[in-house]
Amino acid sequence: MSIWEYANPKKFMATTAPLIPWIFGGSMLLIAVGLLWGLFNTPAADQFEHSVKILFVHVPSALMAINGWMMMLVASLIWLIRRHHVSALAARAAAPIGAIMTVIALATGAIWGQPTWGTWWAWEPRLTSFLILFLFYIGYMALWTAIEDNDTAADLTSVLCIVGSVFAVLSRYAAMFWGKGLHQTATFSADRETNIDASFWWPAVISMLGFGLFFVALVLIRTNTHIRLRRADALEARARRAA
Amino acid sequence: MIALLKRDLWLAVRAGGGFGLGLAFFLIVVVLIPFGVGPDASVLEPIAPGILWVAALLACLLSLDRIFALDYEDGSLALLATSPLPLEGAALIKAIAHWLTTGLPLTLAAPMLGVLLHMNSEAYGYLFISLALGTPALSIIGTFGAALTVGLRRGGLLLSLLVLPLYVPTLVFGAEAVRRGAAGMDVTTPFVMLAGITAGAFALLPFASAAALRVNLR
Amino acid sequence: MRLAVTDLACARGGVPVLSGVSFTVEAGQALVLRGANGIGKTTLLRTLAGLQPALSGEIDLPDDQAAYASHADGIKAQLSVEENLSFWAEVYGNPVPDTIYEAFDLVDLRHRMAGTLSAGQKRRLGLSRLGVIGRKVLFLDEPTVSLDRFSVNLFADFIRDQHLAKGGIAVIATHIDLGLDAPELDLEPFRASADQSGGSDEAFL
Repeated sequence: MSIWEYANPKKFMATTAPLIPWIFGGSMLLIAVGLLWGLFNTPAADQFEHSVKILFVHVPSALMAINGWMMMLVASLIWLIRRHHVSALAARAAAPIGAIMTVIALATGAIWGQPTWGTWWAWEPRLTSFLILFLFYIGYMALWTAIEDNDTAADLTSVLCIVGSVFAVLSRYAAMFWGKGLHQTATFSADRETNIDASFWWPAVISMLGFGLFFVALVLIRTNTHIRLRRADALEARARRAA
Repeated sequence: MIALLKRDLWLAVRAGGGFGLGLAFFLIVVVLIPFGVGPDASVLEPIAPGILWVAALLACLLSLDRIFALDYEDGSLALLATSPLPLEGAALIKAIAHWLTTGLPLTLAAPMLGVLLHMNSEAYGYLFISLALGTPALSIIGTFGAALTVGLRRGGLLLSLLVLPLYVPTLVFGAEAVRRGAAGMDVTTPFVMLAGITAGAFALLPFASAAALRVNLR
Repeated sequence: MRLAVTDLACARGGVPVLSGVSFTVEAGQALVLRGANGIGKTTLLRTLAGLQPALSGEIDLPDDQAAYASHADGIKAQLSVEENLSFWAEVYGNPVPDTIYEAFDLVDLRHRMAGTLSAGQKRRLGLSRLGVIGRKVLFLDEPTVSLDRFSVNLFADFIRDQHLAKGGIAVIATHIDLGLDAPELDLEPFRASADQSGGSDEAFL
């Protein structure tokens, strides 16, 4: 049995629909455990005090913001090569979720940045590349909604996603290069993940897993919704033609 | 391919607006900036390279939706698609024609407008080179955006939304090169990156544009 | 040289409109497509010309010989009649034959800007493009729209004497009688049934 069998919309719905409550429930549980542990059972870090605890939301959402785009890239490639509708619709479904994750990452970053660095915003490589990623998400979603024909929209957004990925990577290099340029950014570019304390490690991992499952659950729900919409359209069109 | 280039250039010249509008827009944006930030030379001087680059980028954006829209409406694009000329070649030619009518005049005019912004005299050469290296990339990336949105009735705004994030690396390296040049720093890296983006975009994006055009003509 | 279409199915906007279309056109012959509005004449011609993929079936025609013409002529208003024609001739790598201006009654209009032509004159200019591109297999979608009787005859003469007589092939969708000695193909029997497979939404049913 090949994995591509699940690319059939009906089979995909039949398989994933019963799983969604479990994945969603599991993600909620993991997020709850990760956040409660992280917020109430970890010490305050010396230089950050309690504000450091926002990392349990900030890091997982940032991770999902990037993973969301990567998933869209893979799904777009699958659509272009194998023309499985589910793949195109999954990419479409993931875009708003990825965009919201990007906003959460940027917002929590700003809230964290204010007490720690004394500023809401800095044109620092990571912040800049996330802002650009957000713009890419917006453009991608706008293109989807602007095109009436579903297959045309899937084709064009897939091409945009691939070209956009290349330019997103380029933008990141540009922002990094810029950061090392005339501007003084050393205080901001310290790598936060590597010098993390052991007591933060487990709640952070659990929270990340929770966000990952949460993302999967949302993508599945939205993909199912888009499949149902397409199915309703298809049935209506068929009924019209039969009449 | 030469025939298409010749025709597009003729059309740009005869229709007017091809050269003129973009340049006029460039001038207006650059003139507006001092009205916004004040006439102080010490404020204008450091931001002059960035302003000239952003203004050139916006002027370039202005004429993008005409690249394919006119040919799409009058049927030329479908006829070109069935002609011996590959669509990839057509996309490339369209980008070159766009650069010759927009990017090149902007590159030539930018140093003159630098005077209005009290640009550092060291920067003029760098500005010219960086625009000459970078504006072709703006044209070919814009052509890709135009190919994506050619079938849409209100594609203009969407086109800007799609293309602007794609312009970020070109803008960053282009403006940074001028800034570094003005400050007497080494400009090799930004220039190499800028040339690399332009070369890479010219090598690959015609294929993406042609794919998008084929989907839109379907 | 011949055009052979076997069991062709094609779709408009992802919905199958025609299926099981089969016909053969030999060199020097024309085929006139008939059928009510919306039956899929344009879709069929665009599929034959390679502008959109067929759902199924085969189209057998010589490489690099197909040309397509529709109501949209691709005429640039800012170019003269001569410039418009020589552009297309150059794209196809051919010279512009002088006889083309006479064949389509464009001699007096040769140096006029295309933007100043009337609708019928523009149509004649658009059709004269077919005489400069040197393609043997023409797919023509309503070529006589906005032409008067005199111009229709000019066009029919051109197709008969300068295209078909030289071994060309033409597939023409039209509602009027061109006076060509050509078989007609009514598309009505090929209308796709409501449950015809191959639509883009098929996977969702």
